[in-house]
Amino acid sequence: MSDTPAHSVAFVRETPIPPADPPATERGVIKWVRENLVSTPANAVMTVLSLVAIYWFLALLVPWLLNGVWNAGSIRECREIMAGSGGGCFAVLTERWHQLIFGRYPTDQYWRPTVAFVLLFVALAPVLFQTVPRRLLIFTGLYPFLAYWLVWGGSILGPIFALAGFAVGYIAYSRLVDRSFAMGFFGGVLAAIVTWWITGFLADATGNVMALETVESRDIGGFMLNLILGTVCVSLSLPLGIVLALGRQSSMPIIKWICVVFIEFIRGVPLITLLFVANVVLAYFLPPGSNFDLILRVIIMITMFAAAYIAEVIRGGLAALPRGQYEAADSLGLDYAQAMRLIILPQALKISIPGIVNVAVGLFKDTTLVSIIAMFDLVGMVRGPILASTDWNGVYWELFGFAAFLFFVVCYGISQYSQWLERQLQTDRR
Amino acid sequence: MAMTDEALARKDHKVSDEVAIEINNMNKWYGTFHVLRDIDLTVYRGERIVICGPSGSGKSTLIRCINALEEHQQGSISVDGTVLSSDIKNIDTIRSEVGMVFQHFNLFPHLTILENCTLAPIWVRKTPKREAEETAMHFLTKVKIPEQADKYPGQLSGGQQQRVAIARSLCMRPRIMLFDEPTSALDPEMIKEVLDTMIELAEEGMTMLVVTHEMGFARQVANRVIFMDEGQIVEQNEPEEFFNNPKSDRTKLFLSQILGH
Repeated sequence: MSDTPAHSVAFVRETPIPPADPPATERGVIKWVRENLVSTPANAVMTVLSLVAIYWFLALLVPWLLNGVWNAGSIRECREIMAGSGGGCFAVLTERWHQLIFGRYPTDQYWRPTVAFVLLFVALAPVLFQTVPRRLLIFTGLYPFLAYWLVWGGSILGPIFALAGFAVGYIAYSRLVDRSFAMGFFGGVLAAIVTWWITGFLADATGNVMALETVESRDIGGFMLNLILGTVCVSLSLPLGIVLALGRQSSMPIIKWICVVFIEFIRGVPLITLLFVANVVLAYFLPPGSNFDLILRVIIMITMFAAAYIAEVIRGGLAALPRGQYEAADSLGLDYAQAMRLIILPQALKISIPGIVNVAVGLFKDTTLVSIIAMFDLVGMVRGPILASTDWNGVYWELFGFAAFLFFVVCYGISQYSQWLERQLQTDRR
Repeated sequence: MAMTDEALARKDHKVSDEVAIEINNMNKWYGTFHVLRDIDLTVYRGERIVICGPSGSGKSTLIRCINALEEHQQGSISVDGTVLSSDIKNIDTIRSEVGMVFQHFNLFPHLTILENCTLAPIWVRKTPKREAEETAMHFLTKVKIPEQADKYPGQLSGGQQQRVAIARSLCMRPRIMLFDEPTSALDPEMIKEVLDTMIELAEEGMTMLVVTHEMGFARQVANRVIFMDEGQIVEQNEPEEFFNNPKSDRTKLFLSQILGH
């Protein structure tokens, strides 16, 4: 380069410059501390203050955890054992864990919800992870019926007949859908209803086959109830939300307006009022003597509530797709269902993942609201039977801390999964 | 107009007398805005037609009407003898016979290049997956990017993406190809690779309607150039005549503006 005259405009590079390492002060730990902790005097002061705050917090938390009492019969015993050491009275958790987790579920039947819980992960695996063999999806399809039988008990024929109704309905749908979608849809629904009607008589006639002890819905509680409500409502509200979002975009005015009215109405009403409706008001509208399970009513309400929010999240995802994607799908001759399923929804749902997860996490935490309509979920158990008992009246921090911890573990797990999934689906960048 | 559609088409030996697209007295409005006015156009099999004109002249809208991406309100369009009506079955038939290449490629970003090419044959034509993949590789080789088959569109350059888009259309074995400003979104150094692919396609006798401002391409490949302005076909002629001896003042002005520098 030295051979290029200094004042000339013309310049030709003859030797390329090789890449070099940055200077020593611009590397490693020293650089990080300099840039992040003490870059300016104000920054240094903030660092010191933050350290003080962290120390103060840990100084409260660590002794509370370490000096905690794990074995005692009541809060008074706890206080005697602690003798003012400032520990937590965690004995309430070890003594009442069964109520916190299972509610009033019969003690000798705990294995049933536990098995259902473990199998839940097997059923979820093929849905959540692409690498799991696809054949496992069959189990995912069977799982809801199996889990119902395990948790509520009764004859296994009930869930099998319910499953048969879906199977017959699907067969009818696939036979008729070639002629027209509406015919397939209504034919399928009709076939399913007829099957359920017939098998209803069969179930009465055959009695109990492989019967498990029946557990009433009012005895199902604790964190188990939160998990049941959360899982069922999330998995039902996602497809319903997709249908509502697509319906809202529909060119058919009736479908469009049904969806708009549904979404706007549900979003405009607090969830707690919907739950009160499920609990009290619905009973007025149902025929007298009909036994419509309270958990089922609550599931319907929470599902509708979450579906309206998910529909709006997905609508955002649909709106974010360039028109060109629709046009490219159309120009290749794909029909509406194919274009949606193969091109539009995979992309729109991917964009919507953070929003959907936001709704799912919120929904899961909102399941604690059922404690207000006299259902004994985790929070209901804490506020009701446990804190009201003379033994444990006053153990707030430990109980609510435990509840918060359980919810945090689940919600943080969901959040981490969704971030992992977003990275997995990231194909538009190198 | 100097010559009839048929007379223009007849001068080229690649063009047969079979009608590929017939548009009669077609009108289209956006609300109250009259975008396409009394369009009459007959395209014969094997023709390569370049449509040019100022922006907003309706040239993109015209070719988008041919595969029903836009609705027309008056007149008739028939493609390969199938009349374009509001019947969904007819529309889907026409769309699977007519390939379209867009200005912004419109590849599906969540699918690999190979999946982009096999999707429509598998789902619309019900081709077995193996066969569809072989066809896709054949056309990807033709547009000279078989080695990119397993990448995603976001990993390719603009020129490569547009060539994939052409291959994706060809996988449906269309009898007609529509190009909507295929090179307008490309960097100058990538325009040539796309034009080369299109020229190759034209030499094989594909019926092509191309909306473009690449006048070199028009001269080299087209057997007919159509100039549109304000929603009307103002002038059409074979390229030599069109460029050297334009008849209408509007055409002269347009040509002087785009060729003037």
